[in-house]
Amino acid sequence: MGKFLIRRLLQIIPVLFIISFVVFCLVFVAGDPVALMLPEDASPEDIEQLRESLGLNKPFHVQYFTYMLGLVQFDFGESFRYKESALPIVLERLPATLELATASMIVAIVIAIPLGIWSATKKNSPLDFLATGGAVLWKAMPNFWLGIMLIILFSVTLGWFPVSGRGSLSHLVLPALTLGTGIAAEMTRLIRSSMLEILNQDYIRTARSKGIREFFVINKHAFRNALIPVVTITALQTSTVVGGTLITETVFSWPGLGQLLIQAVNTRDMAIVQASVFIIAFMVILMNLLADIVYKILDPRIKYLKGEDICRSIHRLEIKIQQLQVQSRERLISLSVGCDFC
Amino acid sequence: MFAVILVALFAKSLAPHDPKMINPAMMLKPPVWVDGGSSLHILGTDNLGRDILSRIIYGSQISLAVGISSVAFAGVIGVFVGLVAGYYGGFIDNILMRLVDSFLAIPTILFALVFLTIFGPSVPTLIVVLGITNWVQYARLVRGEVLSIKEREFVKAARSIGVRDCKIILRHLLPNVISPFIVISTLSVATTIILEASLSFLGLGIQPPTISWGGILSDGRDYVATSWWLATFPGMAITITVLAIIFLGDWLRDVLDPRDNH
Repeated sequence: MGKFLIRRLLQIIPVLFIISFVVFCLVFVAGDPVALMLPEDASPEDIEQLRESLGLNKPFHVQYFTYMLGLVQFDFGESFRYKESALPIVLERLPATLELATASMIVAIVIAIPLGIWSATKKNSPLDFLATGGAVLWKAMPNFWLGIMLIILFSVTLGWFPVSGRGSLSHLVLPALTLGTGIAAEMTRLIRSSMLEILNQDYIRTARSKGIREFFVINKHAFRNALIPVVTITALQTSTVVGGTLITETVFSWPGLGQLLIQAVNTRDMAIVQASVFIIAFMVILMNLLADIVYKILDPRIKYLKGEDICRSIHRLEIKIQQLQVQSRERLISLSVGCDFC
Repeated sequence: MFAVILVALFAKSLAPHDPKMINPAMMLKPPVWVDGGSSLHILGTDNLGRDILSRIIYGSQISLAVGISSVAFAGVIGVFVGLVAGYYGGFIDNILMRLVDSFLAIPTILFALVFLTIFGPSVPTLIVVLGITNWVQYARLVRGEVLSIKEREFVKAARSIGVRDCKIILRHLLPNVISPFIVISTLSVATTIILEASLSFLGLGIQPPTISWGGILSDGRDYVATSWWLATFPGMAITITVLAIIFLGDWLRDVLDPRDNH
C-alpha cells in the first residue's frame, strides 16, 4: 500500500506540471493583458512601463520560469479587476462551490441508491423500465435547461423557492436538484448494472439457499459488493460534477468558483482564470487519488498491474483455461464410458 | 435520428418563416394552444417577434454540424495517440498517458471556456476546441483495445515475418479497434451537442446572428418569468436529438459488438 501511495503521488507531479504548462501557454498565446489594465487614453510610454514592470517584455522561457517560481509559492499573480492576489479570491469562492457540489452529491445518492437497487432486484418490471428510461432521459437533458425548467415550475409558477442567490437552505434546493439529479441518472445506471452482476454470483445463491432473508441478502451481501465500482466511478466523476457546477452556478447566480471563473473569462482576468483552473484541476486529481485508495481498501483483490503484466496475466489465464478444458473433456470421456446412451 | 438529420438538411423547406425575420408586431407571442397564441407561429415568437419553430429547425443544422465535425476531429487525434501508445508501450505510452491524465483532470467545459476566451468564439474554433477536449476518451479506449489485440497470434505472426510497425498498426490493429470507436463516437456526438449548447448558453459558443439551440435558450433565460416557451422548446429539441443519438449508439453497439450483451 505504501509503495502504491508513493507511486500514485509521484504520478501527480507530471500531471500538475503539464497542466501548468498548458495553462501558461494558453495565457501566453492570449496576448498582452496590459491593454485591458490601463485606461484607453494611456500613452505608449505608460504601456511599455507596465509591460516592463510585469515582465511581459521578457522571452517565453524567462516568463515561464518566473511563472513556475510563483506557482511553487502559490502565487498566481494579481487580479487586475480586484487589484488583489488571485488565489485568496478563488479560495474565498471555493466553499460555495463545495457546498453546492456536496448537496448535489447527497441528492444524487438519496435518489440513485434506492432506485438502482430497486431496479436491479425487480429487473424487467415496469418500475425497472421507468427507472432506466428516466436515467436515459435525464442524461439527455442539458443541465442548464433542467435548471431553467425548475425555475419556471418551482420559482415562477409555484413560488416555492427563490430564483437565484445563496443564503438559506431554500436557495440551495433548486441548484442541488439540477446538478444532483443529473449525477443520479448516471449513478442509478451504474448501481443497477453492478447489482445485477453481483446478484448472479454464487455467494448470493448460497446466502439465499441458507435461508437468509431477502432484505439482508440484498443489503448486506449484494449491495456492499456492488458499491465498490460505484464509489470509485463516482469519485472519478468529480470532473463532471465540477464542470456541472460551472453551468449551474451561472443559471442560479450562485456565488461560487464557477460564477467567478465565467466572469473572469468574460473580463479576461487571466490571473483568476489560471488560479481557478489550477485549483479545480488539483481537486479533481485529489479525488481521483482518493478513488484509487478507496478502491484498494474496499477491494483487496485489486492489484495495480502495468499493461504488459496484464497481458502476461491474461496469457497465463488463457493457458489455464485450455488446460481445464482438456481436463474436463477427459473427465467427460471417462464418465461416459459405460453409459448406455453414449 | 434520421428525422433530425432530415430536418437539418431540409431546414429551408420545412421552416414556416425566415428565422431571422424581426417582427415587432408579433413580439413574445405564446404557442398556438395558449390564449393569445397565433396559428402563424405554432411554438410562439421571441422578444424580437422571430418564429421559435423556424429558429429551432435552423438551429439543428449548426448543432449537428459542430457535433459531428468535432467528434471526427477528436477521433483522428485520439485514435492516433491510442494506437501509438498501445502498440509501442514503454516510455511513449507513459508520456502519452500522463498527457491523457492531465486532460482528464481539467473539466471539459473549463478547458473549452479558457480556449474560447483566448481564441475568440467562432464555429471553426468551437470545432477545434471540442475536438481537443474530447480526444482523450478515444485515446484511452483505443490504447486499451490495442494492448489486448497486439498480444494475439495474427499480430505476433505479422511481426515475426518482419512486417513494418506502420503496416501492422494500419492493417491489423486499426480495423480491429474501429467497431468500439464507432459506438463511442456516436454517443460522443450527443455529449458534444450538449456541450456546444452549454457554451452557446454561456455566450462563448455560436455567436449571433448564427442560430444555435444554446443561443435561443440563452435569449429565453431573461424571459422565464413571463414567456416560458422561449427557453422550453429549444431545450426539448436538444433533449430529443440527444436521446435519438443515445438510442442509435445503443443499437450500433448491439450490431457491431455482439459479445457485449450489457
